[in-house]
Amino acid sequence: MFELLGIPPQALFGQLLLGLINGSFYALLSLGLAVIFGLLNIINFAHGAQYMMGAFLAWMLMTYFGIGYWWALLLVPIAVGASGVVIERLMISRLYHLDHLYGLLLTFGLALIIQGLFRNQYGVSGLPYTIPAELSGGTNLGFMFLPNYRGWVVLASLVVCLGTWFTIEKTKLGAYLRAATENPTLVGAFGINVPRMITLTYGFGVGLAALAGVLAAPIYSVNPNMGADLIIVVFAVVVIGGMGSILGAIVTGFGLGIIEGLTRVFYPEGSAVVIFVIMALVLLVKPAGLFGRTV
Amino acid sequence: MVEAAPLIRPEAGTAELAVRDLHGWYDESHVLHGINFDVRPGEVVTLLGRNGAGKTTTLKAIMGILSKRTGSVRFMGRELIGLPARAIARAGIAFCPEERGIFSSLSVEENLMLPPTIRDGGLSRDDVLGIFPNLRERLQSQGTKLSGGEQQMLAIGRILRTGAKFLLLDEPTEGLAPVIVQQIGATLRTLKQRGFTIVLVEQNFHFAASVADRHYVVEQGRVIDEISDAELAANTEKLHAYLGV
Ligand SMILES: Nc1ncnc2c1ncn2[C@@H]1O[C@H](COP(=O)(O)OP(=O)(O)OP(=O)(O)O)[C@@H](O)[C@H]1O
Ligand SMILES: [Mg+2]
Repeated sequence: MFELLGIPPQALFGQLLLGLINGSFYALLSLGLAVIFGLLNIINFAHGAQYMMGAFLAWMLMTYFGIGYWWALLLVPIAVGASGVVIERLMISRLYHLDHLYGLLLTFGLALIIQGLFRNQYGVSGLPYTIPAELSGGTNLGFMFLPNYRGWVVLASLVVCLGTWFTIEKTKLGAYLRAATENPTLVGAFGINVPRMITLTYGFGVGLAALAGVLAAPIYSVNPNMGADLIIVVFAVVVIGGMGSILGAIVTGFGLGIIEGLTRVFYPEGSAVVIFVIMALVLLVKPAGLFGRTV
Repeated sequence: MVEAAPLIRPEAGTAELAVRDLHGWYDESHVLHGINFDVRPGEVVTLLGRNGAGKTTTLKAIMGILSKRTGSVRFMGRELIGLPARAIARAGIAFCPEERGIFSSLSVEENLMLPPTIRDGGLSRDDVLGIFPNLRERLQSQGTKLSGGEQQMLAIGRILRTGAKFLLLDEPTEGLAPVIVQQIGATLRTLKQRGFTIVLVEQNFHFAASVADRHYVVEQGRVIDEISDAELAANTEKLHAYLGV
């Protein structure tokens, strides 16, 4: 067996894969944040809680109704996205005429409430969610052993991210979204219902978070704090990629996952902070983020 | 509103757009103090006036972009005060803003195709590109990479597709080279022939004179005079005084 800088290849590829998996979640979550921030100008602090809700809802469907993973993958994002629509209509939409800070405070408060409710009900110890039978087991790739479910997560995240990117950058619907992000007043004066677009966009971003939650359920234990832990890193990813940049969120999400994985191989002590170090450096050199538009 | 008795009291009835005692505010600052004017079907009417007179604000108030407004704006018999901008657009009024409003994150083509069709009878994409051939070679460019003149053509062109036959154009010639001003003038005359009704805000009153049927003079948030195009020559001095040129 060859060794790379004294590292056995299994360890290297293993950490790379782990990095890719984490990157899949970073990308999905920061993509949702970026979409929401672009149009609503609000940093959705409830994003982590909504991701957690996704995982819990999948668990509840399975536990209480016997509804399995594949249905959960479809139903949970719709249900949690719908809860986002309600939250936007009833609460967030009342804050648009105020400073952005109020939206941040509101969603932060919502996150605390949602997490508190789940903690009350289910405690903090993780609940198990089994990998669907179709994706159990693994594949020997020759240079490493790939658990099928993990491969699926990376693939699903890539497809959803690229699909979202394509929709926003290349379709008519996306053109409306980009235009409304730039100048909602004028888009409204063309006869387009911008408030409804904003509501649906929030619902979509929240749905992405919930989808990530369902994907995460079989990998990470389902518990009320799972989102709170993850979302801090995701905010750093968003800052590095550039607020509101769609492609930036995707590339930075996967990229930082991989960098984190490599750090775990070559300098394990630094793996917990490497993303924040990069964030600090990016802020110093390019405050708008790597993909942010410098206005 | 007795103290601010408007000087112009046009007859309603035949008007496509009738603006009466229109007041408008930016937050607490009261900018429109009772605007009155009429636009009849097929007319080109200008709003002339100095910087800060309230011309842009008048268009924004008609369009519903200025949300704090009172008075009456009747369009084809229907009251527009109280409606949101999107409903006013759907009623058949199209707006081309002073700053042109070309989207930088959209290509020229996407900018052109953005405003939704609200009714049949608008120009086709090819009609618009026929009127503004400069745009055709630049369709894939980023919208804001166009020159100022091309951006203005795009800003006018895209609202011609919607089927709206009533246009609010805010200073379409501002800052443009004379040859482009002429091209836009020719376009406006073509549009008039095709049955469009146009409210044109202008500071360039030679340009205004070349395209419009009537002129309203706006000062400090009021319409203070009306001059038909035929009377224009006889009133040049008065106009110069109004416009401070
Ligand atoms: N967004 C705003 N907030 C507060 N006041 C404004 C705003 N926009 C314009 N005003 C004020 O309202 C008044 C009328 O402005 P408006 O833009 O309607 O003038 P205008 O006739 O279009 O002038 P110009 O020929 O320079 O475009 C001015 O006193 C201006 O300072
Ligand atoms: Mg103006």
